[in-house]
Amino acid sequence: MMLTTQQKRALTPWLFMAPGIVMFLVYVIWPIGQSLRLSFYQWDGLSPPTFIGWENYIELWYDPTFVVALKNNVIWLVLYMLAVPFGLFVALFLNQTVTGIRLVKSLFFFPFVISQVVVGLVFAWFYDPNNGLLNIVIGWFGMDPVSILADEDLVTYGIIAAGLWPQTAYCMILYLTGLNSVSPDVVEAGKIDGARGWSMLWHVVLPQLRPATFIAVVVTVIGALRSFDLIAIMTQGGPYQQSQVLAYYMYENALSEYGYRMGYGSAIATVLFLIMMVYIAGFLYKMYRDEQRS
Amino acid sequence: MKKNLIALATAALMVTGAQARTLVINTDDQNPAPKEAFTYAVDTFKAKYPDINVEWNNFDREGYKTRIRNFLTADAPDVATWYPGNRMAPFVDAGLFTDISDLWAAEGLDKEMSSVEATMTRDGKQWMVPYSYYQWGIYYRKDLFDKVGVDVPETWDQLLAASAKLKSNGITPFTIGSKFKWTTGGWFDYLNLRQNGYEFHMDLTAGKVKYTDPRVQATFDRWDELVSNGYFIENHATYNWQEGMAPMVQGDAAMYLIGNFAVAPFKEAGLTEDQLGFFQFPEITPGVPMAEDAPADAFFIPSGAKNVADAKLFIAHIASPEVQTEMNKILGQLPPSSQAQVGDDKFLKAGFDMLSGAYALAQFYDRDAPAAMAKAGMDGFQEYMVKPERREQILKNLDRVVDRVYK
Repeated sequence: MMLTTQQKRALTPWLFMAPGIVMFLVYVIWPIGQSLRLSFYQWDGLSPPTFIGWENYIELWYDPTFVVALKNNVIWLVLYMLAVPFGLFVALFLNQTVTGIRLVKSLFFFPFVISQVVVGLVFAWFYDPNNGLLNIVIGWFGMDPVSILADEDLVTYGIIAAGLWPQTAYCMILYLTGLNSVSPDVVEAGKIDGARGWSMLWHVVLPQLRPATFIAVVVTVIGALRSFDLIAIMTQGGPYQQSQVLAYYMYENALSEYGYRMGYGSAIATVLFLIMMVYIAGFLYKMYRDEQRS
Repeated sequence: MKKNLIALATAALMVTGAQARTLVINTDDQNPAPKEAFTYAVDTFKAKYPDINVEWNNFDREGYKTRIRNFLTADAPDVATWYPGNRMAPFVDAGLFTDISDLWAAEGLDKEMSSVEATMTRDGKQWMVPYSYYQWGIYYRKDLFDKVGVDVPETWDQLLAASAKLKSNGITPFTIGSKFKWTTGGWFDYLNLRQNGYEFHMDLTAGKVKYTDPRVQATFDRWDELVSNGYFIENHATYNWQEGMAPMVQGDAAMYLIGNFAVAPFKEAGLTEDQLGFFQFPEITPGVPMAEDAPADAFFIPSGAKNVADAKLFIAHIASPEVQTEMNKILGQLPPSSQAQVGDDKFLKAGFDMLSGAYALAQFYDRDAPAAMAKAGMDGFQEYMVKPERREQILKNLDRVVDRVYK
């Protein structure tokens, strides 16, 4: 059978996409479906699963830890966003031509390169109530030592502060590359029109950095929602589950030492997935709109 | 060509012939002492049965807890280590363990290991054979007790009086590290065992009693007498159990309710035999027989084992008094076999005397209660120790977990 040129043209993109589509179906779509299905079962990973309908979700509704995790996820989302302006200002500060600036830039980028596990350990020692640097410093001001990681009101903020360190570095790199493409002509024109300082930044530079801002926001949202390593290293969700977030609570229920409640873990994963979908859908919509425009 | 084929076939035959007596053993502790004890057990077994080819894999303790699920279902060894009690229950129920009741009967273990038989039993059959166990109790700084002038307490009132005296001398009575919450399980076990007795404690961990029951409330009243007086160190939720030892080593705290495995790190941290002492958790309700926490570590045969006959030989070897004696001398723990010798160490001797006279042995909160209950329970105990005013709410939440877990 011979294909017409038109048919060939229609078929070619699908052939090129085929390997990607297959991978995506097998490693992303299929597991999502499996985990959705599992969330209606009770399963310990060993004996055959039993179908229990909506019971896992009903239990979630009454589970105080789930509420704490959800609340903490919101705090993470909001405060993690600080990484975007922080990253912008560090990038603006470093975007100059001075001897040795490359070295300084790489030092600022350093926290993003080291493992989250190391970041967690460093901050856990930093917060240590007896020997930690933080308490030594606040001791100079005559304040009583605080045990951030054992205090239910402070613990989440303490972990987010640790997370902001590498995340700021990440946003900084995004902005540094963005700043390279800021057109000097437009900046020059702005200067002639009398823009300087904040108004220059707000009206001339920032609009040109929109793509960088967009990516920085997206990676930060995703980073906040999947926050896991730091919690695993610094508190394991403690004290008494007060620093719990959905991603870690899912792991704890499904795979940790006292867990192996696969169905319940899957139900948490489903909720997390739905929350992420809101952002992902928004992201896709924006991409689609931008492409329509250009 | 044909010749080669025949050679190949013979070689294959020889390989399968050799495999018939291969014994695969998985163990779960890479710390120096346990590793040496396992090495001893494997080496003496090899010497006894030179024609069995032993393949021994030793995993790290945390990783093993996930790995066991994979290897039991996919590629089972012939013998492996695990924890008895409720920790073996899901595997036994899923049919992943081999029933070794016949071995228990043949080796006379029901007599030699009668104190731990109940924990090795489920559905009336025995599934595991222990190689070691250890006592829990209060480890204390003798020199601090002497300095302040308090004696080893034998009743709850004496313990409270001693604590008050220590506290007024600037020494926190108890240290604990509750970042990993199981240490709080030890406290709940002992308070409940002493307040309400062994049978009640077993009923509670079996889900027959609610946590809002007045008898559990009484246990928490005792706990309150320590917590609300500030008899525990501050910020204990930041420390793991090893970090919790530091205040005691530095002389800021005097006592630690912990298992005998803490003795070696205490000594490494610089405490001498004369400074460190041990005593049994004091009596609370007069007349309630004294039961103790004494968790055991044990071997079992997976149902997927390929060489069950030799696996049984190995377990019989582990159960023999000589091996039990030697392994536990190396481990610094107690042999479960009553025919074995206890190592020459004052803590072991004290533990052995205490456990020999014990009314009954509990395994520990997270082995007596099912996993989901244990997790919620220990979360609650930790929260209670930090925020004692939330007790009612915590206990109500535990009742909700009871309803779900034991239905």
